[in-house]
Amino acid sequence: MSEKEVKNLEEIFEARIARDEKIEPKDWMPEKYRKTHIRQISQHAHSEIIGMLPEGNWITRAPSLRRKAALLAKVQDEAGHGLYLYSACETLGVSRDELYDQLHSGKAKYSSIFNYPTITWADIGAIGWLVDGAAIINQVPLCNTSFGPYARAMVRVCKEESFHQRQGYEIMLTLCRGTQEQKAMAQDALNRWWWPSLMMLGPTDAESVHTEQSMKWKLKRKSNDDLRQQFIDQTVPQADILGLTIPDPDLKWNEETGHYDFGEIDWEEFWQVVKGHGPCNKERMSARVNAWNNGEWVRDAAMAYAEKKEANKLKEAI
Amino acid sequence: MSKNWPLWEIFVRSKNGLEHRHFGSLHAADAEMALENARDVYTRRNEGVSIWVVESKNITASNPAENGEMFEPAQDKVYRHPTFYDLPDEVKHM
Ligand SMILES: [Fe+2]
Ligand SMILES: [Fe+2]
Repeated sequence: MSEKEVKNLEEIFEARIARDEKIEPKDWMPEKYRKTHIRQISQHAHSEIIGMLPEGNWITRAPSLRRKAALLAKVQDEAGHGLYLYSACETLGVSRDELYDQLHSGKAKYSSIFNYPTITWADIGAIGWLVDGAAIINQVPLCNTSFGPYARAMVRVCKEESFHQRQGYEIMLTLCRGTQEQKAMAQDALNRWWWPSLMMLGPTDAESVHTEQSMKWKLKRKSNDDLRQQFIDQTVPQADILGLTIPDPDLKWNEETGHYDFGEIDWEEFWQVVKGHGPCNKERMSARVNAWNNGEWVRDAAMAYAEKKEANKLKEAI
Repeated sequence: MSKNWPLWEIFVRSKNGLEHRHFGSLHAADAEMALENARDVYTRRNEGVSIWVVESKNITASNPAENGEMFEPAQDKVYRHPTFYDLPDEVKHM
């Protein structure tokens, strides 16, 4: 194809998206669109998979059968989200194996929030409430994104997320209505998860690359700062109901703007965690890589069994 | 390096009376495992009463780049639609 022909195709392509048409896997697409989508969808998938680890830490120690069943179901949903997203990503012509390789070799990133430890039961409440809460704010606009398989996966994901957030908030509520020690535990969890949750919505608009292109392709509909403000505005009243204090002395309602003002985010911490120096980066990666490597003989055995069964079927047919 | 599990396309009937609809795909060693995995991945909340699995390599798909030749011939056949025929108003409901 000549350069001019490609340019022409690109214009038609951009116009289709502007008209709100969806792009499906076999449609022609610019190489940059394919690459950007592989990167974003796979990072999203990796985050769902690694995201199971901090919560999985508490499944055996949940305080009641009710809590245990709910947490187990929630973590299983996150596995499901990872699988919906990997399969959407594979429609772009990348294999599952390559995607896993990118995760295991550290080439691909996942959400840095999962590099923080879950040291008390209240952390499970805080994660559901804040981390899933921030994830919902990030994900809802993606239900209308331009790439069909991604949009469809996100619709399914978003339907499941609201249970995640509610179960987390209920844990917090129970702790806050409990003994003084329980309430203190809830406050401590909020103190540790608040700032990382704000960082989850991404670097400030001034710092963030690709935003304009992503807006055009509907990979993004609102800027990181707008999403962050939305998260803060919706979460502060929820903390009030719990009787907890947001760990930000500069946080206060601004009558004029109709939003909460808030303090400076420590972006240095964010970049440190992204670069691999968070409290649990190494632990998360080794848990994931070991799970994959230690399961290899099981995958091989299943494949060998399937091939043997298939061969027997053929033999019987002769 | 070992052989990877093949890819399967998953179709789910959400209730009797409705058709099976494409839900997504997953990897499994064989059809039986694909069915079990599809149950766990795509029907955790009663989304289905029946599942079909088809190995992805067995699907033949039309090429969107050839949509012209493929679908345009139907465009000028307006006589396939009821509104093409002029009937007097006295004939109600036809
Ligand atoms: Fe999720
Ligand atoms: Fe979730």
